[in-house]
Amino acid sequence: MEKLNLILPEIFISLSIMFLLVLGVFKKNSSKITFNLSLLAILITAIININETFSVNKETLFNESVIIDYMSSLMKTITLIGGLLVLIISSNYLKTLKIYNLEYPVLILSSMLGMMIMISSNDLIVFYLGLELQSLALYVLATYDRDQLKSSEAGLKYFVLSALSSGLLLYGCSLVYGFSGSTNFDIISNQLNSNEYVLTFGIVFILVGLAFKISAVPFHMWAPDVYEGSPTTVTLFFAIVPKIAALTVFIRFLYVPFLNLVDQWQMIIVFLSIASMVFGAVAAIGQTNIKRLIAYSSIGHIGYTLAGLATVSNEGIQSSIIYISIYVVMNFALFSCLLMLRRKDQYYENIDDLSGLSKNHPLLSICLLLILFSLAGIPPLAGFFAKFYVFKAVIEQSMYFLAIVGLLSTVVAAFYYLRIIKIIYFDKERDKYDTDHSLWLKFSLTVSTILILFYFIFPSQLIEVVSRINII
Amino acid sequence: MSFPILSSLIILPIIGSLFLFFTKDNEGNNLTAKYVALFTTIVNFLISIYLWISFDQSTSNFQFIEDRTWIKGFINYKVGVDGISILFIILTTFITPLCIISVNNSVKNRLRDFLIAILIMESFMIGVFCALDLVVFYLFFEAGLIPMFLIIGIWGGPKRVYSAFKFFLYTLLGSVLMLVAIISIYWISGTTDVVKLYDIGIDVKYQNLLWLAFFSSFAVKTPMWPVHTWLPDAHVEAPTAGSVLLAAILLKMAGYGFIRFSLGLFPIASEVFTPLIYTLSVIAIIFTSLIALMQEDMKKLIAYSSVAHMGFVTLGIFTLQQQGIEGSIIQMISHGLVSAALFLTVGVVYDRMHSRLISTYGGLVSVIPKYSILFMLFALASLGLPGTSGFIGEFLILMGAFKDNILVAVLASLGVILGAAYILWLYKRVVFGKLINQDLKKIVDLNKSEYFILSCLAIPILFFGFYPDPLINTIEVSVTDLINMHNINIANK
Repeated sequence: MEKLNLILPEIFISLSIMFLLVLGVFKKNSSKITFNLSLLAILITAIININETFSVNKETLFNESVIIDYMSSLMKTITLIGGLLVLIISSNYLKTLKIYNLEYPVLILSSMLGMMIMISSNDLIVFYLGLELQSLALYVLATYDRDQLKSSEAGLKYFVLSALSSGLLLYGCSLVYGFSGSTNFDIISNQLNSNEYVLTFGIVFILVGLAFKISAVPFHMWAPDVYEGSPTTVTLFFAIVPKIAALTVFIRFLYVPFLNLVDQWQMIIVFLSIASMVFGAVAAIGQTNIKRLIAYSSIGHIGYTLAGLATVSNEGIQSSIIYISIYVVMNFALFSCLLMLRRKDQYYENIDDLSGLSKNHPLLSICLLLILFSLAGIPPLAGFFAKFYVFKAVIEQSMYFLAIVGLLSTVVAAFYYLRIIKIIYFDKERDKYDTDHSLWLKFSLTVSTILILFYFIFPSQLIEVVSRINII
Repeated sequence: MSFPILSSLIILPIIGSLFLFFTKDNEGNNLTAKYVALFTTIVNFLISIYLWISFDQSTSNFQFIEDRTWIKGFINYKVGVDGISILFIILTTFITPLCIISVNNSVKNRLRDFLIAILIMESFMIGVFCALDLVVFYLFFEAGLIPMFLIIGIWGGPKRVYSAFKFFLYTLLGSVLMLVAIISIYWISGTTDVVKLYDIGIDVKYQNLLWLAFFSSFAVKTPMWPVHTWLPDAHVEAPTAGSVLLAAILLKMAGYGFIRFSLGLFPIASEVFTPLIYTLSVIAIIFTSLIALMQEDMKKLIAYSSVAHMGFVTLGIFTLQQQGIEGSIIQMISHGLVSAALFLTVGVVYDRMHSRLISTYGGLVSVIPKYSILFMLFALASLGLPGTSGFIGEFLILMGAFKDNILVAVLASLGVILGAAYILWLYKRVVFGKLINQDLKKIVDLNKSEYFILSCLAIPILFFGFYPDPLINTIEVSVTDLINMHNINIANK
């Protein structure tokens, strides 16, 4: 008898999706209730997840094709929290754009279901299933503001490029399958220890596919356009939630099936990491649209996360997960600020629109100041600690080159964050923005800023949470 | 555990700034905000004086130590003072209230925010001087960039944006290598606790690289030639109170860092790199003194003189002689007072005439005599006239240098002459001569608050010039111990 209680979160969330769809058929004007119910569904899923799976050390289900361990439970929780946050601050924005429909929460829920399957996968096929489920939902989400040309363009671009990368990924999977004779990660891990060239190709294809999903350089081309074109709340979703799932899969792939082939993939990861850090920092300098800038900055942040993965140590994996958690909070806070730039049903997203913000909106500006300095990694804000843990792990493995390049690129990155601060604080003021924001939005901005600001007082807790992750 | 006096020194300004944050910001009349800030900083000053009185001068051990787990199994929040750091803390708490009094005239808009930035700056600076853990030190060291960036950028002069960026990026670039070094030290020695590191030492084969990484950060902050170029820009554009903080305290962080970390942690590497420091210091002293001679902007001139004076400081530290290091510390304290005073004196005429160009002025002595007398005193202190605190520092440094390397000492002495040249010439052009500019006739002499601030600075300058014993007694044991430790390390090599 399978221990079905372990996948209760997935079961519950799929039932909720079906229920919400049926509800939409029978009830008119059901947007509001769908939103609230989906919030509730995510919350319950998260609670079930914490209750049922957190104490599990390592269990496999369905012929070892699904794995439940501490990392999967933790990452699922972070994913769920991320989705919850996005939904919480979405409704007012969508209402303003007149796209407040029931499909939105359903799509978010289904992509999250896909991510949860990805996170728990211990088999190439299950992994691909989850990946496609989340991608399909994301394509639709990108085009969600369908009357806007940019949004449709974003969705189409994302679809074409993502499908291409999925193709590469599948090809890589088939090569790996051909060499190991199995799709199960554990069996692959035992079988793969040869140094055949073709196998290296398989690994490279899989890594390329994954790098595309987390938008690491040089597979980042879609990110700026999609980020810019999608509705802002969808961009927020793109920026935080799929990255968590993709990172987990990255960790799983590297450290379970491919662990014996470290020599072959370590260089690739180091390259991806360095390229992302440097490119993300340099390319963001010339941007004028905040969402594009966030796209490049998130490319840079992914570089730091990958630096942790390149270390081949538990410390490194833990530091990557800490990094991504702090990154989620920072990005969420940044988008909350972005959603506050509204004048009469018109949202502003150019950097120049922030000009002189500090004179009319001092509190919002202080929040932005802290968030931006935190993103730049200036102590004592949370972003510094995120980088600090990563570099601590990197230097432990004596990878000084990676550490120094990474830290130098933080200086370059600091430049464009400073540029925004300069525009907010030093430039001439413009008209006031509306201040009648929803309570949720204000609340979430306050809480996330406080987390960023006061993280340094209790830094140990987060470390304790992730310290149970021992993959190697 | 006794009362956490050092933590309260660090936290108090932040509490004050929180109070300010919740007061109403009404343009123009901001007396409440000013009084709150002033009250906070004065209380802080009194606490630090109490700290000095109850400080035990007969031991070189760290005192008032607080040690708390911060990140489990990795970093402890550890603070403490010894004879070297305590003076810097008092300098900080002494200068900050004066800055706050001086904002009356120089800062016109958003006074409340300015005061918040100054208070936060103060707590970070105190944190730097009492941190006994490398990571804690780095945290405070870097965090100070945020308020300073805003001070220069929001309240600065016309080229403020450029200067603020230059300041921030230069300093950050220097510091990131130090972060790499700090983490490496953790993996090499298993701790970042400075006291423990003093005991166990750091493996010799790593010392050179680590020393260079720390050097890259401190050299930018000091600033040493050739990475000094951010300083004149930052000084010129910053508002008076910002320049004062920058010159009086921020620059001292690096000098302090050289003594505490470069000398203390890497004795062998310090010995190896002494020629490098000597060369750079001598170039800084002579070259920037010559540049200072040619300046037309008063603030810029004083900024370059700061570079030259800090050249003396680095020179003194790396003589690795008792006199040299003591002289450096006294020179830093003295420069903290003198440069603050000089920036304030420039600020006084700038507030009235809105020009920093030397050519605007001339013949001030006949219209504002009180001002001219005090300016005279500070100019003489800057060139190191006996009887002022500047003399004690420079004299001890040169004495230390003579013991170690005569050529360097001779070259550095040249700097003393050049220092006299640029500052006296500045004084001559501004204060003496004929009163040509007609606008100057209407200029008013020092008002009460300015008079008060400048006298507050003049008294310790004169006092320690004639009677430096309180300073020397405080630092002596710690410095002796540092030198002994250094010599033992060299002998064991």
